[in-house]
Amino acid sequence: MLQKLGLIIFIAAFGLFIGTLGMNNYTLTDEILKENFKEEALFDAKIELASMVDQSYSNSYTFTNELSEGIKQLNKVYNAQQAWDKKIYEDTILSIVKASSNGYLTDNKGIMFLLTFGLAIFGALLFILPEAKIPAGIKNNGIYYNPAMTRKWLGICIGTFLISFYIILYFKPQYIANWTMLVDPVSKLINGGEASRWFMYGFLYTISILVMGIRYIIKYRHSKYQIIRTLSIMFFQTCIAFILPEIMSNLNMPSADLKNMWPLDYSFFFNYRLDKLLASGAFGIFLLVWGIALFVVGVPVMVYFFGKRWYCSWVCGCGGLAETLGDPFRQLSDKSLKAWKLERYLIHTVLAFAIIMTIGVLYTYFTGSYNLLGFIPTESLKSSYGFLIGSIFSGVVGTGFYPLMGNRVWCRFGCPLAAYLGILQRFKSKFRITTNGGQCISCGNCSTHCEMGIDVRAYAQKGQDIVRSSCVGCGVCSAVCPRGVLNLENAETGSRIMIAPDVLLGNLMEK
Amino acid sequence: MQHVVIIGNGISGITAARHIRKQSDCKITVISGETDHFFSRTALMYVYMGHMKFEHTKPYEDWFWEKNRIELKRAWVKTVDFEEKKLYFRLPNDNKEAKIGGSISYDKLILALGSTPNKFGWKGQNLKGVQGLYSYQDLESLQEITPSIKKAVIVGGGLIGVELAEMLHSRGIEVTFLVRENSFWNTVIPPEESALISRHIKENHINIKFSSELDEIIGDENGQVKAIKTKNGDKIECQFVGLTVGVSPNISLLKVPQGNMIGREKPAFLLGVGGIKLNLGILVNEYLETNIPDVYAIGDCVEHENPQKSRKKLEQIWYTGRIMGETIAQTIAGKRTKYQPGIFFNSAKFFDIEYQTYGQVPAELPEDTKTFYWEHSTGRISVRINYTTESQAVTGMNTFGIRMRHKVWDEWILSGKSIEYVLENLSKANFDPEFFKQHEAEILKKYNTETGSSLTLKSKKGIFSKIF
Ligand SMILES: Cc1cc2nc3c(=O)[nH]c(=O)nc-3n(C[C@H](O)[C@H](O)[C@H](O)COP(=O)(O)OP(=O)(O)OC[C@H]3O[C@@H](n4cnc5c(N)ncnc54)[C@H](O)[C@@H]3O)c2cc1C
Ligand code: SF4
Ligand code: SF4
Repeated sequence: MLQKLGLIIFIAAFGLFIGTLGMNNYTLTDEILKENFKEEALFDAKIELASMVDQSYSNSYTFTNELSEGIKQLNKVYNAQQAWDKKIYEDTILSIVKASSNGYLTDNKGIMFLLTFGLAIFGALLFILPEAKIPAGIKNNGIYYNPAMTRKWLGICIGTFLISFYIILYFKPQYIANWTMLVDPVSKLINGGEASRWFMYGFLYTISILVMGIRYIIKYRHSKYQIIRTLSIMFFQTCIAFILPEIMSNLNMPSADLKNMWPLDYSFFFNYRLDKLLASGAFGIFLLVWGIALFVVGVPVMVYFFGKRWYCSWVCGCGGLAETLGDPFRQLSDKSLKAWKLERYLIHTVLAFAIIMTIGVLYTYFTGSYNLLGFIPTESLKSSYGFLIGSIFSGVVGTGFYPLMGNRVWCRFGCPLAAYLGILQRFKSKFRITTNGGQCISCGNCSTHCEMGIDVRAYAQKGQDIVRSSCVGCGVCSAVCPRGVLNLENAETGSRIMIAPDVLLGNLMEK
Repeated sequence: MQHVVIIGNGISGITAARHIRKQSDCKITVISGETDHFFSRTALMYVYMGHMKFEHTKPYEDWFWEKNRIELKRAWVKTVDFEEKKLYFRLPNDNKEAKIGGSISYDKLILALGSTPNKFGWKGQNLKGVQGLYSYQDLESLQEITPSIKKAVIVGGGLIGVELAEMLHSRGIEVTFLVRENSFWNTVIPPEESALISRHIKENHINIKFSSELDEIIGDENGQVKAIKTKNGDKIECQFVGLTVGVSPNISLLKVPQGNMIGREKPAFLLGVGGIKLNLGILVNEYLETNIPDVYAIGDCVEHENPQKSRKKLEQIWYTGRIMGETIAQTIAGKRTKYQPGIFFNSAKFFDIEYQTYGQVPAELPEDTKTFYWEHSTGRISVRINYTTESQAVTGMNTFGIRMRHKVWDEWILSGKSIEYVLENLSKANFDPEFFKQHEAEILKKYNTETGSSLTLKSKKGIFSKIF
């Protein structure tokens, strides 16, 4: 009952959230143009957008579209003139749209925030919390009858929404200006300014991890490992990834997500970031050293003792979203040998790409030459990596495909940091998943619910430890095993059973 | 090239096939009428409950068989001509006695026929809505029948009965569970554990009725079950009856004398009762050989003529089927090998409580044995250790709610470690995930109080202990 009500509230709030996109009226004024254009471009803009100025628009799409078209024309001209510095980017369009808006939403951001985000969170919790009443334990009942979790119509709808969301967020943010407006009150509270699209995204991301983290904890509350792990994810996302950088920038320090690292944070060595760090005195230098030490020293040491899980399922933001928001979709990852092959090709290619791109960028930074080895253009390396990997793969595909290919698409097929952690885990780590003698009944729960698409059963039923570079140590295989066969353990590196015994424990026949 | 034919693609038949392939180049054919591919019977419940799809129960991908040159044939074997070394298939969709749908010859034959659910001749046992849970077809019929029912009765308090109860319960069906004994599974586990599980089943809103036996099943005018009557005279309304009163070796194939149907003079070859030696199951010696040369039997369908000390003649579980498969493969590959299962082990899950056992822990304590039992205050976690009176050597253990390491217990029991040694080192056997609460100290304390000893824990587990 309560759950149904929660669901209804959530859907209503979500509907309103979508509805807010068309809620405002828009009037572009000279004032706004002046504020948003550099002086060199202002004159052109005034001419190009003359027909829009002081007109009142009631349809946000028409307004945004017309504005974008006008600016596209301007950019065309600038492109032709090779006047790169005059070019106008999405974020400018976004803030023009925001500044031009007026109407109920603009005047009542607080109320609208509560009616959308507030109610959605409330509804979701109402839906989630009553689950705590059923006895603790693995309750995967009905997953394969649920249209959201089995690539049926609802899953496809959710996927379509997520994919569209990412495409718009990355490439056409001006169309979701109203969503950034909704979180302005939060932004004001935390950093005193208006919300950018990244603030809105960060907020949504954090809320998703928190709310779905609560769901996860309730679902796996019989396992202390799962509870502690999820609290860790929630902490790192909220405090280290979301709030701390805002505070840092409030204090006029270079802001940084202290737990993010190269090569996942692929722009770490980009010239503008290096310049900024080097210009920020001791603290900047600290951030630079910290960022490098993390992947040079931190990763090998931590992976040696704990396996890659210390990062992928305890700390990382991408992993955090996958473990929480993505948990309902974990069973959709492909377990076939083919998928494993594809995974190894793809992820190592991305790692190689990231390394070459970074070398190129640093080469340019230090030598001023734009061609690595004389023929590799570093700028296009950089921009194609950003577009292909940074936006399309990690965002659009990585999260958008949750309901289609499982919750770890990015972590499994694309993340260069996961590739690096994985190589260490495979060859130099104490971590393994031990299989318990002869107890496996080949039921397949472990493989089905492994988000990384590892065929865990293939190992368990022949008594071989699971030592796989992709295993993120989420512990779910161990949790769902009905026979107590799997255990995530750290012990001497040499003691991992890498070759299956001839016969399983429990057979004393003469061999 | 020698042709090895295996009837039955369950765990025993498939293990045999895989291990024969590892050691020999002979031709291998596996025949089953149930499914195209090997699947995990133990996972049927998870398909019904929506945890998995049927595909997920297949332990090997479909390309595996061709790659390993294991030929699969989907067909029911109707009869076997042991003299000519030939199998005859049943025509698809034809149950008439006199027809045969093709044949296949073998050099060596392995019977891995599994079991069938028991039916004890109750009135109404063949009504619509009455079934057991064993095969893929049982799952299909369950999927078809149960969406429209509200009340179900399950007869028989064994492992499959609890699974069926959990399955139906997960779909919101009201379940009444008839158990002949006065406490759940108390013919297999000691009273304390039996009480623990009985409580847990009730906690899950299963209406469990002890000391009640099925008398008859009552149908309506359409031949559909509408109620059952117990021997105490209670009538319980229901639209479904699950019969889970144990399983028996599936040997009907071998019981029929069917000579003329394959066009031969009647007793010209050995068949049926007079041919292969049967009792409750197919009788085999220590080498898993039947009385007929080149014919072997493994898995659920087997009855051991001379079981090892403390082992039963019939042990119809997954693990023994697998061990027999491993063993017979050596014999087929040319190294005649005795069936020698090691220390007994088994496991199960009752709703949310996991159970593991190692060694022998009979329901009734044997004379020369002592027992130590600890139960957590929640009444959901317990450990029992049996040991000999004379040498204090541990002989078996039961655990509910704690995972234990098979390897460690296997060694302890095999080498006859004393109860005191075991309790002091119990953490070594702990297989629970990291951060789980450990109970070894409390367990040891209870033992100390009961026996007046002053043992101390020798090792601790914990996430950091193994790191450095
Ligand atoms: C619901 C359920 C849960 C279980 N849970 C557990 C558990 O948790 N732990 C445990 O240890 N055990 C468990 N068991 C028991 C375990 O599954 C069996 O012991 C094991 O599967 C037996 O394997 P098998 O290879 O001997 O026979 P089967 O798996 O029964 O295979 C025999 C195959 O041979 C085929 N066959 C038979 N006759 C013919 C014929 N004439 N022609 C063609 N094909 C034929 C059958 O159709 C079948 O496919 C469970 C059983 C069930 C039903
Ligand atoms: S193998 Fe287990 S711990 Fe590793 S990713 Fe898969 S489910 Fe998680
Ligand atoms: S879940 Fe456990 S019993 Fe089932 S296949 Fe995996 S390891 Fe084996």
